[in-house]
Amino acid sequence: MSRGRGSQWLGALVAVVLAWIVVYPLFLVFVEGIHTPGGWTLEAVGRFVRERNEWGALWASCWISLASVALSALIGIPLAFLVARYHFPGRRVISGILALPAVLPPLVGVIAFLFLYGETGFAAHLFQYVFHLEEAPWRLQGPGAVLLVHAYSMYVYFYLFTRAGLQRLDPSLLEAAATLGAGRWRMLRRVVLPLLWPALGGAGLLTFLTSLASFSAPYIFGGGFRVMTTQIVSTRLNGDIPLAMVETFALTVVALLGLALLRHSSRNGDRSGGSKGVAPEPRRLRTGISRFLVPTAVWCLAVFLILPHLTLLLVSFVPRGTWTLEAVPPVYSVGNYFTLFQDPVRLRPMVTSLWMATAATVFAVATALVVAILVLRRRVRVAALLETLLEVPWAVPGTVFAIALATMFSVNAPLAGRVILVGTLVILPLAYFVRSLPITGRAILAGFRQLDPSLEEAAATLGASRWRTLRRVTLPLLRPAIAAGASLAFATAFGDFLTSVILYTYDTRPISLEILGSLRQSDVGVAAAYGVMLMLISGIVFALAGERAGGGVA
Amino acid sequence: MSAEPVAGGADFLVLRDLEKRFDDHRAVDQVSLGIRQGEIVALLGPSGSGKTTTLRLLAGFERPERGTLSVAGEDITNTPPVARRFGMVFQHYALFPHLDVGGNIAFGLESLGVTGSELIRRVATALELVELGGFERRRISQLSGGQQQRVALARALAPEPRVLLLDEPLSNLDPSLRERTRRELRALIQRVGTTTVLVTHEQEEAFDLADRVAVLNQGRLEQVGTPDELYAVPRTPFVARFVGRTNEMRATLVAVEGDRCRVRLAGVEWSLPTNAAVAPGPVQVLARPEALGMVAPGPDRLTGKVLARRFTGAQGFFTVALGDGTTIEVAADPWAVRVGDRVGLEPKDRGVHLFPHEPA
Ligand SMILES: Nc1ncnc2c1ncn2[C@@H]1O[C@H](COP(=O)(O)OP(=O)(O)OP(=O)(O)O)[C@@H](O)[C@H]1O
Ligand SMILES: [Mg+2]
Repeated sequence: MSRGRGSQWLGALVAVVLAWIVVYPLFLVFVEGIHTPGGWTLEAVGRFVRERNEWGALWASCWISLASVALSALIGIPLAFLVARYHFPGRRVISGILALPAVLPPLVGVIAFLFLYGETGFAAHLFQYVFHLEEAPWRLQGPGAVLLVHAYSMYVYFYLFTRAGLQRLDPSLLEAAATLGAGRWRMLRRVVLPLLWPALGGAGLLTFLTSLASFSAPYIFGGGFRVMTTQIVSTRLNGDIPLAMVETFALTVVALLGLALLRHSSRNGDRSGGSKGVAPEPRRLRTGISRFLVPTAVWCLAVFLILPHLTLLLVSFVPRGTWTLEAVPPVYSVGNYFTLFQDPVRLRPMVTSLWMATAATVFAVATALVVAILVLRRRVRVAALLETLLEVPWAVPGTVFAIALATMFSVNAPLAGRVILVGTLVILPLAYFVRSLPITGRAILAGFRQLDPSLEEAAATLGASRWRTLRRVTLPLLRPAIAAGASLAFATAFGDFLTSVILYTYDTRPISLEILGSLRQSDVGVAAAYGVMLMLISGIVFALAGERAGGGVA
Repeated sequence: MSAEPVAGGADFLVLRDLEKRFDDHRAVDQVSLGIRQGEIVALLGPSGSGKTTTLRLLAGFERPERGTLSVAGEDITNTPPVARRFGMVFQHYALFPHLDVGGNIAFGLESLGVTGSELIRRVATALELVELGGFERRRISQLSGGQQQRVALARALAPEPRVLLLDEPLSNLDPSLRERTRRELRALIQRVGTTTVLVTHEQEEAFDLADRVAVLNQGRLEQVGTPDELYAVPRTPFVARFVGRTNEMRATLVAVEGDRCRVRLAGVEWSLPTNAAVAPGPVQVLARPEALGMVAPGPDRLTGKVLARRFTGAQGFFTVALGDGTTIEVAADPWAVRVGDRVGLEPKDRGVHLFPHEPA
């Protein structure tokens, strides 16, 4: 392909715009931590270093994240082994259910958990009823609760990575080990686990980063227990901007250390066998007891894991104030949903979330496509820079990014590249857009990389203009990648809480904040109905995307 | 190295001093070649010799650093691929998987503005040309390898290109299918009469398919000629080695006598036909297996011992070890000698070529 000058200029322009929106806000955060109207100062840094609370929160973030990794691994890895290695009824349904938390908004998970295990939740109700207790039997709060919620949703990384790793395992390796007389345990210890190591390492670090960035769980279940993300938001609410900036910086450093580790481990290479290999055939269970035990265990675990979401569904049908002392709600109706659609004030957040997520998705997909074309087809000089810029928001916790955008767009200084957007309709879609760039970019770039360039060359020799080639060849072939990238972007934006909570205004409040608002007013049923709508619409989007992806290319 | 002289107005497609660099490496180096209308030319060479790059220069996917390209007298050096009206069959066919067979073939015709019943008719004609009549609605994934190759060919030919480019057109087929497809492909191209340039690294394929073969080596054009010419009169040692089998022997040219010369080799003297390129001094003798005759051993004869025989039916290939340990391959009647026999070797006039000594 020729390296036209137009492409070079466009590449440079896109790089500048991306840097402005992705890197510049972060830079401003770090400057504002050490710069006050009075001049340069390390005063806030000093306060951070001296304050025990600050170190406590930083330490809490780290240990909670490490513990989340351990607990998630404990759940996710065995599940993956069971599902990948054994045949049992409903195996496909189970593997779908188990992957759900990967696509459900974290806030929904947290709320669902609250409805099931919270002090006024379903389980507590049942307990109270059975033992005739006056008080709630437990309080779901503090680090233990946060950890539990994390494990509940983040096991999915271990589960998915391990399953993918198992699928790529070359069965001939296992057969070789068996012919060499390796017993089952020795095979697991000496062959399977070492081969899975890169996948497990990847899952571990992803869990670590997600848990480090987690906001809704500590925000809702933390109580007095502070982690870095909640600490940042509360410091900022208290108006101590410089300290919030220093905290943001500290959290970013920890996240970047984690990321560096991840990069390092993935560079060490994929050891899952030289040849591609076919996934080992799932084994049929032979002996009587395991034939019964394994499916039961897996099914129980799966039900246990989706129980919170089922509770959410149940609660969404319970009218306000009808459920007090009974074990199960006595009255059911679709009234909450009616409220949602008939009360304009209630409907508004849904419409807002919908259009904001759609706008963010459209821009993210368009940006990813332009970058992919510039990087992979036009081979612009700034290709590596462009790809890195797309990835940056992934390395930085969402809270940090939201703070950075809030900082950058709350000042009107066009010459410094800053305008006031906070409080306008633009800021939230912009934040969603930036946050979904890495995942959308990855999906679309990966799809583009798999596209044989000679297909586009063939179109050119057949006299098709660039535009016609794009429309008739490139885009149709990229449909699965675009569908995947778009649905992921949409789901992230649609259910977003941690960016929204920092950047929203009353007029632009999205569903997540309305859920929180309803909970505060003890309007539990409506909150649940919102949660169900979030799940439902995300689910529909994913289903549509799956169909798109499957449809075109045979 | 000698570049083929570009003949004047008779040539339809002309490559003049083409040069393409990747970083500092010259993938195509001063290639000049004239191709007549309707001619089939094969680019033949070992891996990395610049065949694909030359083809991509012709298609317009790469721009040459130097040199020009013209077709029918029109300079197309800077014409983008879209505007060249060249058809191309890609190595892996590059059929559009999201379109059916008919959609693939219609693609190029639509670029020309063909629509409606005319489009349908021309798609059908193109498919009949490759004996796939009625395949319009088939999906690409439902075709066999050979059928895909033919669809790719039909797609390239449908818009009636000025030049047809084929990149390793048969390399994706089963060996058993290849030979038959080769003949069909040649017949088809000749029937359509399109000027064709194809790339291959298999000599047999080039010889079967092409009117003329251009041998490439490290980006340079070594020789262009009909298969017979390349075999009988290789212009360089590379061509002699690459086209057909050959034995290499070091020798010293003693004297030139008219159109013959005397060379000393392993202590014996041979009289060989000479050529303008050689002068008294060290030379290389490149002899085809069938250009050496086996005779009774003698003191003034190149003598060796038969080590092995490879039997191919009509002919036997004998490996003969000389006194200094070098081995020579000789083609002869399979029952002429037996393994273990001592034989003398005599050169024939056809198939022995002299070249100046190449410093290693
Ligand atoms: N895009 C490129 N960038 C850098 N070098 C290239 C590129 N394409 C080809 N080359 C180099 O140019 C030389 C010629 O390559 P080319 O693909 O034309 O060879 P070829 O004759 O087609 O070989 P093969 O038979 O293996 O296909 C090789 O050394 C190759 O490494
Ligand atoms: Mg090639």
